[in-house]
Amino acid sequence: MIPAWVQLANLLAAVLFILALKGLSSPKSARRGNMLGAIGAALATVVVFFTGVAADHILLIIAAIGIGGAIGAGAARRVKMTQMPQMVALYNGVGGGAAALVAWVEYLESNGSGSKLALIATVLTVVIGGVSFSGSIVTFLKLQELITGRPIVLPGGKYITALVAISVVVLAVWLIAAPATWLLITLLLMSLIFGVLFVLPVGGADVPIVISLLNAFTGLSVAASGYVLNNVLLIVAGTLVGASGTLLTQMMAQAMGRPITGTLFGAFNAKATKAAGSVEDRPVRSGSPQDIAIMLGYARKVILVPGYGLAVAQAQSTLRELAELLAARDIEVDYAIHPVAGRMPGHMNVLLAEANVPYDQLKEMEEINPEFSSADVALVVGANDVVNPAARADKTAPIYGMPILNVDNAAQVVFLKRSMRPGFAGIENELLFDPKTTMLFGDAKDSLTKVVAALKAL
Amino acid sequence: MDGVALLTIFVLSIFVGFEVIAKVSAILHTPLMSGANAIHGVVLVGAIVVTLQATTTAALVIGLIAIVLGAINMVGGFMVTDRMLEMFKPRQTDSAKKDAA
Repeated sequence: MIPAWVQLANLLAAVLFILALKGLSSPKSARRGNMLGAIGAALATVVVFFTGVAADHILLIIAAIGIGGAIGAGAARRVKMTQMPQMVALYNGVGGGAAALVAWVEYLESNGSGSKLALIATVLTVVIGGVSFSGSIVTFLKLQELITGRPIVLPGGKYITALVAISVVVLAVWLIAAPATWLLITLLLMSLIFGVLFVLPVGGADVPIVISLLNAFTGLSVAASGYVLNNVLLIVAGTLVGASGTLLTQMMAQAMGRPITGTLFGAFNAKATKAAGSVEDRPVRSGSPQDIAIMLGYARKVILVPGYGLAVAQAQSTLRELAELLAARDIEVDYAIHPVAGRMPGHMNVLLAEANVPYDQLKEMEEINPEFSSADVALVVGANDVVNPAARADKTAPIYGMPILNVDNAAQVVFLKRSMRPGFAGIENELLFDPKTTMLFGDAKDSLTKVVAALKAL
Repeated sequence: MDGVALLTIFVLSIFVGFEVIAKVSAILHTPLMSGANAIHGVVLVGAIVVTLQATTTAALVIGLIAIVLGAINMVGGFMVTDRMLEMFKPRQTDSAKKDAA
């Protein structure tokens, strides 16, 4: 029997988790909220050693916690802010994997003799945890650009995925009817394959939504493992994450103006990577840093549109310097932040906050969009998909329907870009060829530094 | 605890999970996801429970792997969230607050 004080400690941990989520939803209390969550987790981890079970492997267990904790902490400390989304994906994946393994161990120990309900929970844990693990690994590879960020559609992919899904269901039902260890292992393998197939066709800006969805999956799988183990804390914590994660996924999809189903299955129906070559040879206008400095220096209103390219080049501070110079010349300067600028909703805010850009200069999309028509110059630094008018006009474009920043309404548009290559979603941007657009090619940091120098010389 | 009691807890937790983040502003989507991600790292507790009771070598090894993975999730998750939130310094809290809705 678990001592009452341990159960009370678990109750306290569950309350702390709720307070953590609550705190995380407001900027003021977010950091404290995260701290409360960490305290709850630490508390739960300590008291579990007092649950009164035979404790033969305590040293091994403590060593394993130490190893895992060190890996997690080391990675968290070293990861660059630009790479955070894939880091979160990875943490999420290992969590799902852990849940699946927990269910496996419990199955081995009970020899599959548990009740049917416990078996169902075991099956759910293994399937959802497995999908979350392998799916998260694929999202990590995509965001880390170890594999292409574009949708990958295998020949006959729809049918292979359907076949794997069916086999998962058949194996699951079989396992519940007639428990056997080889069935459980096969089920886990098929779930892992399904996770890969599930995420491969998702491309570009949709990847973060999938991370969020897989995050909710892991939560549910942890909740199911709690059912297997008869552990209330796991049920509460897992369900909290499952529910809030589902809602968060919906909010993210909404911010991008796409139904979740379109995000997940869009690639199967859209013609993949449409017309990438058809417009490549058209002329574009490019300017020197001096041209751009003059354009900016004599404007009355400038809107800066930062994108992922800015963050990759670590040019946030240089952009801030440019903004300060312009403001010193009495020019109205604002930053236009697309909801999914960077790699994830809110990612750009984090990156700019890191460079000490004042919070109140960051304007969200709804707020800034009407402003473009009165802006003299829109300076787009390392962004592409989020300003691509194809999202408004071209029904065949994979990003059709995503709300964009109406940069094309500004009197002049300047793109700082490495090359004419399409963005993460792999679609041509007509705006690059527009007569009012000026390109400055090169690394965002180099280009900005040159523009800043030219502006100082004006 | 019996099935119905666990189910009750499950259903109530769903509602709490929905309610508690219903009014989050878009700028916090990423940290919130990351924080939620850390919370399901509590699977570490489950991994410890099963490993404490492991009677075979296979169960022990799988359990220990689960512990390592769970600890990565929990420790890394909270730390990376904290690093993100460190960026939101309360320097301009008052003006920042105004358009949070």
